[in-house]
Amino acid sequence: MLKPIKIFWRGLRRLSGDDAYERYLEHRARRHRPEGTHPGGEPLSKAEFFRRRLEDKWDGVKRCC
Amino acid sequence: MLHYLIWIFIGGLGATALGGIALHRGEAINAIWFITAAFCVYAIAYRFYAAWVAATVLAVDETRATPAERLDNGRDFVPTNKWIVFGHHFAAIAGPGPLVGPTLAAQFGYLPGTLWILIGAVLGGCVQDMVTLFLSTRRDARSLGQMARDELGPFGGTAALIGTFAIMIILIAVLGLVVVNAMKHSPWGTSTVALTIPIAMIVGFYMRNFRPGQVLEASVLGVFLLLLSVVAGGFIDRDETLRGWFDHEGLTLAFGVIAYGFAAAILPVWLLLAPRDYLSTFIKLGTIFLLAVAIIILRPDVNMPALTPFIDGAGPIFGGKLFPFVFITIACGAISGFHSLIASGTTPKLLTNEHDIRMIGYGGMLLESFVAIMAIVAATVLDPGVYFAINSPAGIVGADAAAAVAKISSWGFPVSVETMQSLAAQMGEATLFARTGGAPSLAVGMASIFGSAFGDGMLALWYHFAIMFEAIFILTTLDAGTRVGRFMLQDMLGNVWPRFGQTSWTPSVILTSAVVVAGWGYFLYIGVIDPNGGVNILWPLFGIANQMLAAIALCVASGILIKCGKLKYIWVTGLPLVWLVTITSSAAWEKIVSADTRIGFFAAAEDLSGKLNAGLLPADRVGIAPQLIFNLHLDAWLTLFFVGILWLIVLDMLRVSYRHLAGKTVPPLSEAPHVPRRLVESWVRD
Repeated sequence: MLKPIKIFWRGLRRLSGDDAYERYLEHRARRHRPEGTHPGGEPLSKAEFFRRRLEDKWDGVKRCC
Repeated sequence: MLHYLIWIFIGGLGATALGGIALHRGEAINAIWFITAAFCVYAIAYRFYAAWVAATVLAVDETRATPAERLDNGRDFVPTNKWIVFGHHFAAIAGPGPLVGPTLAAQFGYLPGTLWILIGAVLGGCVQDMVTLFLSTRRDARSLGQMARDELGPFGGTAALIGTFAIMIILIAVLGLVVVNAMKHSPWGTSTVALTIPIAMIVGFYMRNFRPGQVLEASVLGVFLLLLSVVAGGFIDRDETLRGWFDHEGLTLAFGVIAYGFAAAILPVWLLLAPRDYLSTFIKLGTIFLLAVAIIILRPDVNMPALTPFIDGAGPIFGGKLFPFVFITIACGAISGFHSLIASGTTPKLLTNEHDIRMIGYGGMLLESFVAIMAIVAATVLDPGVYFAINSPAGIVGADAAAAVAKISSWGFPVSVETMQSLAAQMGEATLFARTGGAPSLAVGMASIFGSAFGDGMLALWYHFAIMFEAIFILTTLDAGTRVGRFMLQDMLGNVWPRFGQTSWTPSVILTSAVVVAGWGYFLYIGVIDPNGGVNILWPLFGIANQMLAAIALCVASGILIKCGKLKYIWVTGLPLVWLVTITSSAAWEKIVSADTRIGFFAAAEDLSGKLNAGLLPADRVGIAPQLIFNLHLDAWLTLFFVGILWLIVLDMLRVSYRHLAGKTVPPLSEAPHVPRRLVESWVRD
C-alpha cells in the first residue's frame, strides 16, 4: 500500500531536483575515495551546490517555445 | 497471436476515428474522436516506425556507455531514471507554442490543423527530436551548432548560431505580444500576471537564503501563492481604485513587458528566472494533465466546421492560403526546430541508456503533439462566431461591436453582441472582442471545458487561471530566451573584443542585454501599434524561423546518415527536410511577392504608402504609417534572410554528401569512441 506512494514521492523529489544534493553526496561516496583526496576537493555545502547548479543550468537554451 | 489482434484493433480504431474526423460534415463532432485518433496514431507510430528507426536506422546500442555515464560529475552529467529524464525533456520542449499555433490555425477549420499535427509529429517532429538526441548522445552531448560545425564545416555552425539568435528575437516578440493582448484592458489578468513576479522572487529567496535547496517546499508554497494571485486578481478587479492601476492600453503594457524583460536579463537567475521556471513547470504539467482529464470526462462537441471558407487565404486572423500557411502556423506540436536545441546538449547529459532515446526523443514529442491536439479541441469547441469575434483584429472587423458581429455573421458564423457581452461578463472581462494572439480564446475554451467538467460557478476564476498559466511560462521563455540571446551576443562580440565575452562583466551584461531586449522590443512595439493586430505578421515570421531551424537540424542529421553509409535510409530525415524546405520557401515566396496586402510584405508597404501620400489614412494612423512601412520592408528582408540561410545550409549539406559519395575528403565523423556500459540498471531504474 505504501510502496506506490513512496515511489511517487521519490520520483517527484527527483523530477523537481529536491534530492539533487543527496545524489551529489552519494556520487562522491560511490567513487570510493577517502575524504580529502577527491579530485574536486572538499564536498560543496548545500547552499553552494545549489548556487553552482543554477549557474550550470541557465547558461544555455533550456526552454522552448 | 493476441498481440497481433490488439495492434490490428488499434489500427482499425485509429482508421475509423481519423476517417470519421476527415469525412464528417454537418453537425458537431465529438472531441473524443480527436483524442482516439491521436492515441491510435501515436501508438502505431511509436510501436512500429519509431522502433524501426531506432533499431535499424540509428542502431541504438544498449551496451554503449552514454555521456552521462562516461562523464558523470554528479552535477550536470548525471545518469538519471528514464521517467525523470522524460519529465525534464518534456517540460523543456513544451512551451506556449503548441497552444497558440493550433488556436490560430483553427481559422481554417478543425481538419487541416489536426491532420498536420498528427502526420507532422509522427513523421517529422518526433523523428527530428529523436535523431538529434541520438546524434548528440553519441557526441558527448554536444549542441546542434557544434555538431553542425564538426560534421558539415564552419559554415553550418555559423548558420545554426545565427538562426538560433534570429528565431529567439522573433519568438520573444511574438510571445510578448500574446501576453500583452491577454492583459490589454483586463485589470484581473494584468494584476494576476504582475503578482507572479513578486511570488517568483519570494520563492527565489526561500530557495536561496531561507531553506537552500528545498525545492519542493518552495514550489508548493509558490503554487499556492499563484492560485491565490488568481483569486486576488478578482478582488482587485472589483475594487474601483485598484482596478484603475491595472487597466492599461496595449502600448503601456508592451513597455512594461520590455522593462521587465530587461530587468529579468540582468537580475541574478536565482531571484527571478529559476524560481519562475520551477513554478511554471509545475503549473504547466498540472494544467495539461487536468485539461486531458477534463476533455475525456466531458467529451465536448466540436462546433467548428471541418473546413472554413478561409482556406482561400482571406482569413481574418492571419492572411494566406491553407498551403503553406497551416504548416507555418503550427510549428510546435508538429515539428519545431527549437526542440533540437534541447535534444542536443541538455537532455543527453542525463540519459542513462541509448535504449531510452526512443521513449524520450520520440515519445516526448508525441506528448507535445497531444498538447497541440488538446489546444485545437479547446479552440474548436467554442462557437465559431465567438472564436472569430475574439481572434479577429479590429483592423479587419472594425472596432465597433455591432459592426464586428455583423461582419463575422456575414461570413456564415452567426454571433451577437449580447452573446459576447454575457460571455465577457462570465469570464470577468470588460470585452472579448479583438483579443488577438490566441491566449484569450484558448482561455475561454479551457474555462468552458474546466467549468463544465469541474463546476460551472467559477468560470471567471478558470479563465484567469488559464491566462495566468499561459502568461507564466511565456514569461519564463521570455526571461530564458533573453538571457540565451545575451550569452550568444557576448560570445560573438567576444571574438572581436575578448572583454565582452566575459559573461559576468557588468558593462557587457548591460549592453548585450539591452541590445537583445531592444531587438525583440522593437518587434513587440510594432506588433502592438499595428491595427491589424501584429499577430498576422509576427506569427508567420516565427513559424518560418522555427521551421528553418528544424531544417538545419534535419540537414545535420541527413549529412551524418550519408557519411555513416546509410544512404538507403536517407528518406527518414530527408523526406521531412524536403517538406520543410518546400513549405518554408513557398511561404516566404508568398510573404515577399504576393500582391495581396494581407500576405505580401512589399504589397502591404506599397499600399500603405500610397494611401499615406494620397491622404486617405485616418488622422490617428498617419503618425504610425511610416514606422509600419519601414517594418514591412524589414520583415520582407528578414524573411529573405531566413530562406537564404536555409538554402545555403541545404546546399552545404548536399556538397558534403556529394563529396563523401564521390570519395573526396569531408570532415570526419565526430562520434565518441565506443565504451562499454558498466552501470547496473537496478540502481538507476529504481
